[in-house]
Amino acid sequence: MTLRVDCDVHPAVPSIAALRPHLDPFWAAHLAERGFDGLESMLFPPSAPTSARADFRDAGGRPPSDAAAVGASVFGRHGVDRAILNPTFPVTMLFNEDMAVALARALNDWIRAEWLDRDPRLRAAIVVPLQSVEAAVAEIERLAADPRFVQVLVPAMMPEPPGQRRWWPIWRACARHRLPLAIHAGSAYRQPPTSIGWPGHLAEEEAAQSQAFQSALASLVTEGVFGAVPDLTVVLVESGVTWLPAFLWRIDKFWRALRPEVPWVDRPPSAIVRERVRLTAQPFDAPDDPATVARILSMVDAPHALLFASDHPHWRFDGDDPVPPGFPADLVRRMLTDNPLSTYPRLREAAAWTA
Amino acid sequence: MDSVTPDLIAAAGTRLSLVDCDIHPKLAAPEDLRPFLSRRWWEHLTTIGPRQRHGFHKGVPYPKAQPLACRRDAWPPGGGPPGSDVPFIREQLLDLYGIDFAVMNPLAPTGQGDTNAAFSAAMASANNDWQVEAMVAAEPRLRASVVVPYEDGPAAAAEIRRRAGDRRFAHVLMLSRTAEPMGQRRYWPVFEAACEAGLPLGIHVFGYSGWPMTNGGFPSFYLEEGVEHAASTQALVASLIFEGVFARFPTLRILLIEAGFAWIPALAWRLDRIWEKARHGELQDVREPPSAILKRHFWVSTQPVEEPPAFADLETTLDWIGWDRVLFASDYPHWDFDDPRQAIPRRLGEARRRMILSGNGRAFYGI
Repeated sequence: MTLRVDCDVHPAVPSIAALRPHLDPFWAAHLAERGFDGLESMLFPPSAPTSARADFRDAGGRPPSDAAAVGASVFGRHGVDRAILNPTFPVTMLFNEDMAVALARALNDWIRAEWLDRDPRLRAAIVVPLQSVEAAVAEIERLAADPRFVQVLVPAMMPEPPGQRRWWPIWRACARHRLPLAIHAGSAYRQPPTSIGWPGHLAEEEAAQSQAFQSALASLVTEGVFGAVPDLTVVLVESGVTWLPAFLWRIDKFWRALRPEVPWVDRPPSAIVRERVRLTAQPFDAPDDPATVARILSMVDAPHALLFASDHPHWRFDGDDPVPPGFPADLVRRMLTDNPLSTYPRLREAAAWTA
Repeated sequence: MDSVTPDLIAAAGTRLSLVDCDIHPKLAAPEDLRPFLSRRWWEHLTTIGPRQRHGFHKGVPYPKAQPLACRRDAWPPGGGPPGSDVPFIREQLLDLYGIDFAVMNPLAPTGQGDTNAAFSAAMASANNDWQVEAMVAAEPRLRASVVVPYEDGPAAAAEIRRRAGDRRFAHVLMLSRTAEPMGQRRYWPVFEAACEAGLPLGIHVFGYSGWPMTNGGFPSFYLEEGVEHAASTQALVASLIFEGVFARFPTLRILLIEAGFAWIPALAWRLDRIWEKARHGELQDVREPPSAILKRHFWVSTQPVEEPPAFADLETTLDWIGWDRVLFASDYPHWDFDDPRQAIPRRLGEARRRMILSGNGRAFYGI
């Protein structure tokens, strides 16, 4: 099988009205009555330059919200013939648990009806309402029979660190259904976007995403998730990537000194991460200089760790090529095919299912 | 007693004098501060006590790996906690390694980050008096930090002006975990006064912002707290650069202490990428690439030195940061203390080791 996979594509939800056919009657009426007509995170204001590249916007200037438009932009680059949709629609921000559950279900059903059913090359992440662990598990169970859902999506800034025991039933449901846990830039906003308070700029909040990935990974490793849920794979989506080596050197050093605090972590964190964690390669925080890029790639175990991603329609690159300069052709081939197929078991199953 | 190894001795036969930018002095007892506090604030200290932005009156959110986070062998034979006994500091640190300039960064109780602004200011000032009168007076190789009540900008600036021109103070000290991102306007009086006084700013990790230790919630472990300090420091660097602090204070020089340093290049690349897309919009007041600002205004301490499995990766990282930007720190007497003979690997080469152990510190502090 030589699928070529774009592992990070963003379908925009145009309005709450678009989800209404998939909301149960109470929530459809109730949200309409209250004038609840949109939900956006301040990390991705639709009109902010980084939220969608100018030439990827629709006629109204908004991030594209239909399968045909997105497909036309995504498929064809490097022969990509599968794309994984990661909706950043931020149900995790809501404080009303019932509302979050209703909107997560509607979102996932809208993705299935308006995207997956319209283009057989599309795959998607399941968005779960983190306001309730039980509801999140139930949502995974509800959708798990459809192999076009290939992962479970949560924001990097969780309500509480992702390694903590309260979340383990969700991670176990992921593993049970061969769904990697995709951690994507974003926040539930239960705390400020930096650990020293609310920053003054969107640019700082964008920068802070890579801090969130470091902390999330530290939590997953130190709490022992990878030992407790042996079949769980974690994918870091839109993380920036190049923070990883320094983070691993640091946490390995702290682990050597402080491992009595977490005796269940019986291997260096870098060894665990190398085995169980993958990263999408766009954005890739590095200079354009190929020699520097080559040094960085040697530090991140790129042939095994990296997944091809366009991060469409976010403005991360100009021109036609989502692959950062300096990536060798053999690595690109692995990022497009080998690594996605080994990361996402459902890609093979879904290929058979759609045939 | 062990002596300084030959490679630390200059070719001419003169001893290489080490500069240590991070040691932690400690009060032998709270009474040490009493001469420097008014009756009111002495009573406040001994009744209400410090009120940090966390709930612990005794204990801390993440209990340390060792008592007081100190080396087991650093407890002075004559009593008192580690870092409180000048003769023992002399014996265990200054004389043993040939350190001629050691900057003290007092951590607690200094009043920094206290929710009571007036108490914070009184405690900071008392700590500064104590450092020079109890410590520097007894051992001139020790240098003081200007401890400032940084959550109250004008009060912090007043304390800096009070110490300006006193060569016993090496830098102004802030902690990394401020209540708001450090570039924000409320902290600008600190930067203004530091520049006026010609003092660099040392930012030591720790402190309590009142926010969770990670931007994804409160972690569970001391191990996570330690790792997280790098992330907090990344946030404060981004804030200082994007808020325009260096355009307003072009002579401000900042030393990041105990935050690690291998993350600096990736942060610079990330900030550059973000700036490229925002330079005509949200970041139009930031006139040059963040990496250039970072390189001009920031220095970093060793301890902890990251230890990549491939040694060449450490050298490459230091190439990216700049060999002239890294200052030796022992972190004495804490448990993660670095011995200068081993912590700065010989394989880096003698010239580069000398820069880190001595030359860079001399240039930074103007000695």
